[in-house]
Amino acid sequence: MTDILCKTTDLKVTFPHRLGDFTAVHGFDMEVRRGEIVGLIGESGAGKSTIGNAIMGLLSHPGQVSGGRIELEGQNLLDLSDAALARLRGRKIGTIFQDPMTSLNPLMTVGEQLAESIALLQDKPMAQARNMAAERLDAVGIPDAINRMNQYPHEFSGGMRQRVVIALAMAGDPDLLIADEPTTALDVSVQKQVLDLIRSICIERSLGVILVTHDMGVIAETADRVYVMRHGKLVETGPTEQVIHKPSQKYTRDLIASIPSIECCEERFRNPVKRTGEIDQWLLAGHKDQSTDDYVTASALTKDFAIRKKTFWGTSGSFQAVDIPGLSIARGEVLGLVGESGSGKSTLGRMMIGLVQPSSGSIHYSDHGPLAEVRSRAARKALRRDVQVVFQDPYSSLNSRMRVDHILAEPIRFHGLGERAEIPRLVGALLERVGLPPDAGRKFPHQFSGGQRQRICIARALSVRPRFLLCDEPTSALDVSIQAEMLALLMELRRSLGLTLLFVSHDLAVVRQVSDRVAVMKQGKIVECRDAEHLFETPENDYTRMLLDTAPRASGHKEAINLRSAT
Amino acid sequence: MLERIRSDFWYELLNSPVTLASAIVIALMVIGCSFAPVFAPHTPFDPATISILDNNLPPAWADGGDPRFLFGTDLQGRDVLSAMLYGGRISLLVGIGAVALSVVIGMTVGLLAGYFGGMTDAVLMRIAEIQFAFPPILIALLFNGILKASLPADIFAQAAVPIMILAIGLAGWVQFARIVRASAMVQRNQDYVTACHAMGLPTLTIILRHITPNIVGPVLVLAMLQIAVAIVTEATLSFLGLGTPLTEPSLGALIQIGSQYLFSGIWWVVIFPGAMLLVMVVAFNLVADWVRDYLNPRLR
Amino acid sequence: MYFLLARVLQATIVMLCVALVGFLVFQFVGDPVLALVGQETTVEDREALRESLGLNDPILLQYARYVMNALQGDFGISYSFNRDVSEMIAERLPATIELVMFSGVLSLILAIPAGIYTGIRRKGGLAQTIMALSVIGVSIPSFLLGILLILVFSVWLNWLPSFGRGDVATVLGMRTSLFTWDGLSHVLMPAAVLCLFQLGVILRLIRAEMLEVLRTDYIRFAWARGLPGQRVYFRHALKNTLVPVVTAIGLQLSSLFAFSIITERVFQWPGMGSLLLHAIGQSDIPLLAAYLIFVGLVFTISNLVVDAIYVLIDPRIRHGAH
Repeated sequence: MTDILCKTTDLKVTFPHRLGDFTAVHGFDMEVRRGEIVGLIGESGAGKSTIGNAIMGLLSHPGQVSGGRIELEGQNLLDLSDAALARLRGRKIGTIFQDPMTSLNPLMTVGEQLAESIALLQDKPMAQARNMAAERLDAVGIPDAINRMNQYPHEFSGGMRQRVVIALAMAGDPDLLIADEPTTALDVSVQKQVLDLIRSICIERSLGVILVTHDMGVIAETADRVYVMRHGKLVETGPTEQVIHKPSQKYTRDLIASIPSIECCEERFRNPVKRTGEIDQWLLAGHKDQSTDDYVTASALTKDFAIRKKTFWGTSGSFQAVDIPGLSIARGEVLGLVGESGSGKSTLGRMMIGLVQPSSGSIHYSDHGPLAEVRSRAARKALRRDVQVVFQDPYSSLNSRMRVDHILAEPIRFHGLGERAEIPRLVGALLERVGLPPDAGRKFPHQFSGGQRQRICIARALSVRPRFLLCDEPTSALDVSIQAEMLALLMELRRSLGLTLLFVSHDLAVVRQVSDRVAVMKQGKIVECRDAEHLFETPENDYTRMLLDTAPRASGHKEAINLRSAT
Repeated sequence: MLERIRSDFWYELLNSPVTLASAIVIALMVIGCSFAPVFAPHTPFDPATISILDNNLPPAWADGGDPRFLFGTDLQGRDVLSAMLYGGRISLLVGIGAVALSVVIGMTVGLLAGYFGGMTDAVLMRIAEIQFAFPPILIALLFNGILKASLPADIFAQAAVPIMILAIGLAGWVQFARIVRASAMVQRNQDYVTACHAMGLPTLTIILRHITPNIVGPVLVLAMLQIAVAIVTEATLSFLGLGTPLTEPSLGALIQIGSQYLFSGIWWVVIFPGAMLLVMVVAFNLVADWVRDYLNPRLR
Repeated sequence: MYFLLARVLQATIVMLCVALVGFLVFQFVGDPVLALVGQETTVEDREALRESLGLNDPILLQYARYVMNALQGDFGISYSFNRDVSEMIAERLPATIELVMFSGVLSLILAIPAGIYTGIRRKGGLAQTIMALSVIGVSIPSFLLGILLILVFSVWLNWLPSFGRGDVATVLGMRTSLFTWDGLSHVLMPAAVLCLFQLGVILRLIRAEMLEVLRTDYIRFAWARGLPGQRVYFRHALKNTLVPVVTAIGLQLSSLFAFSIITERVFQWPGMGSLLLHAIGQSDIPLLAAYLIFVGLVFTISNLVVDAIYVLIDPRIRHGAH
């Protein structure tokens, strides 16, 4: 059991480019034994996936291993010919990729794909392979495996698909399993099941598992040992408990500290340091009324979507995405809207700000009246100035063909919020306010990182001097350390500018940090809506409890936070 | 040395000699043909300068050739080289003009259908589908043919070029509408468009200022491919006698003239205009292919 | 199942619209009465003729009559030949169908393997050569190619005849010239010309699709789990490539008919193409209208066949998941 199954020594991977080679991995050492799960954690660009690819021999073009050794049971994989390495894949090394939807061939049934792999890799006749396929599907937890074998990938849910992927990866009975972000694309409740499955097959078959992820919670709950990576270099390694509770490197400490805790609302978010910029005066202008009534109220709100079920007469059938009797948000409060995918939270958020028409019910703004009656152009423009959005995907949120200063100037000009000559100054001040250098305006979106792009989106939202901000998963696509900065920025802006926020997210920990009240959604309905502290400490609803229980947590990092604030 | 060029565009272009050559060829042809009166050694359409005594002369380097006529002369004593330059001008004019028309119609239809969806989309796409049932060359044939039969001969001769531009342009918009619609639908679902809605920006602004710049790539590639197709279509129409009159022939008509006398051994009236036509079309296709590969991020 | 029924309904509507276009051309381009009689007939006689031809009836009635007639195969009388249009088309159709089918099948047989090969081997010498030839194939105008082939094979080498259709033999109940040496020598050059463009188009399409498919995650996963090359290329990649390609191939059929017009002219092949050119030259409207409807029919039927194949290949469509 203490045999080393796979080992890399001083591994170097480079991507040659005419303007200068890019080294993705600098001299990396790693060991994996049978029966253990080794975690590779790092933020984007850390090189963790590259290592998995290098071991498999499937580096994306033009990457190549430029130094070091990769040993599998003592044999240096880099000495093998392409054909010999190909023979090892599936038989000795299995892989799982991130997105189960795209990992499976959409035109072949699940059973066919699995039976084919078994037949080819284990050299068995097809009939026998089919029986084995049914058994294995059952073993990974697909109910009614014999019949579901004949279904196609699109007929399975995300979690089920990933189980199929796991069965496929194990079809050749490999000794080493490389799992590249296996649960990132899945809901939290399903995530736990898939991780448990990986854990159980690891123990059953004495597999060595390399688990690549950016999520510390996943590592904490599943990995025995962990390697922390940054920019292609190893930062720290050791048993999981030790690295998480007593990290020895500053980067690891910072990384753990920036993970929002689901256990408590952290000081840095609850009481953000109030900042002022010169732009604040401009941003606060024109907002005199500070009445204490609710800012926005929704009643009897429903939204139905047509299901694309093709019958002879066109599409028929509908499904109800949202059905809530009432929801209100007080002025200046942050309401967190939390739920899994398909819960309707995004749809509800968009309805609240008038981007999606409800099928029935009404929404009433105390400053503008009922949404349904905001019809004249002037009234609509006024509404649009007050109510803004920050989206999830920093890449599609910005028009890649427009310069940043034009992106910010456009709303200012359209709403007549500044004199022509003033606008460049306003744009520069806005950029500075969100933490970007003033010359950022002259660049294009693709020249910025994800976190910076999100800041530009926030600046754009602020450019019309809003009172209300819908944040639709604004940090879900960002690295953990950037996430913390973004939350801090949002909270600080809220404090300084007195904004009202509707914060939609699937991440309970993040929601806990920012919300005054929280509403939990399940399949279009609000199952619980209370103030944040009580909801998280003593949840009343079973579903809420289930969500809290299954969320992976890097336990014990409360101490790590204390460590940080002490430094 | 090539490696140190900063810009990806110029590096890729200079690294592909075939594409570079094609681009240069296109540039040369455009310049040469546009300024045909300047470059052509003779004026093949001015009856005063043609002498029937000069007819059927082979190229200058062959036996019996005349150095005044580099590529020989045709039946009526017209200089093949000059006729090629003037004919090439017509080819390029029709090719680019027709595609410009197709782009304008196609983009308008595609943007409306893609952005608004619903009824607008259904109606516009049905119309497109019905027209798509007929191959463009057939449409151009019929359009031209019917007009030729309906108009007096001299008016048709004068208006031949605009009529062909109209015919080929109207026949070719459907492909543009489809790709623009597909791209527009993708863009419409992007968050930045939703952000524009949240800003309250008017629809026209969103379509013109935001969506259009993002769909230009595929349109550009298709446009170049279609220019190649339009040039061939024009040549075909002229070959069939439905295009430019024989007194001011385009490359297709020249080839038609030449084809009648193949068996008499007069090959130069077909080969040289044919070669020019082929080179022109191949050049556009090669450049279009390169631009398509360049704009496709995943192939790099 | 419903998907197919919906498509059939759609196809019928398209055909009706195509028939409408044909009818409008028939009705409004040129005056049928003037074409039928000379200039000397009196106004009263012309009126009488109008009445008897039903030309004064409401438009919709005339349209309905036109459609009913068309469904029975009656497309009117040709102005220039003074014969039944459908008779003339039936006479000429077999020659065109022979040419089109031969070329179509030939282009598929050559294009599919070549397309797959160049998709798999992107940068080999043979692949580059094939790609170069395909560019020329799609660039060269068919009339030019035809003339060049005639120049080389008929004028200079005198191997192949340059015009007309060869001897016919009756095979499997069909009269075709493909099975006689003389017939083959006549059909070879026109078929080569007609198929080259299609070959180029289909080859490039298959290659492009192959390259796209080979970049997908599921192909990557197939490599990662150790499936051998043959399997990955031919069992996984190919099927996924064919789905969009089948649509395009279906569309090529009506395109083949259009290009055959030119090929028939160059080689004086006695098919419908020369009939059409004649009709255009003489403004023979009934002939033109009938040809339009025929092309529309070819397109609609090939579309339906393609859709049926789609349903067979792609399970997502069967389950309405798209």
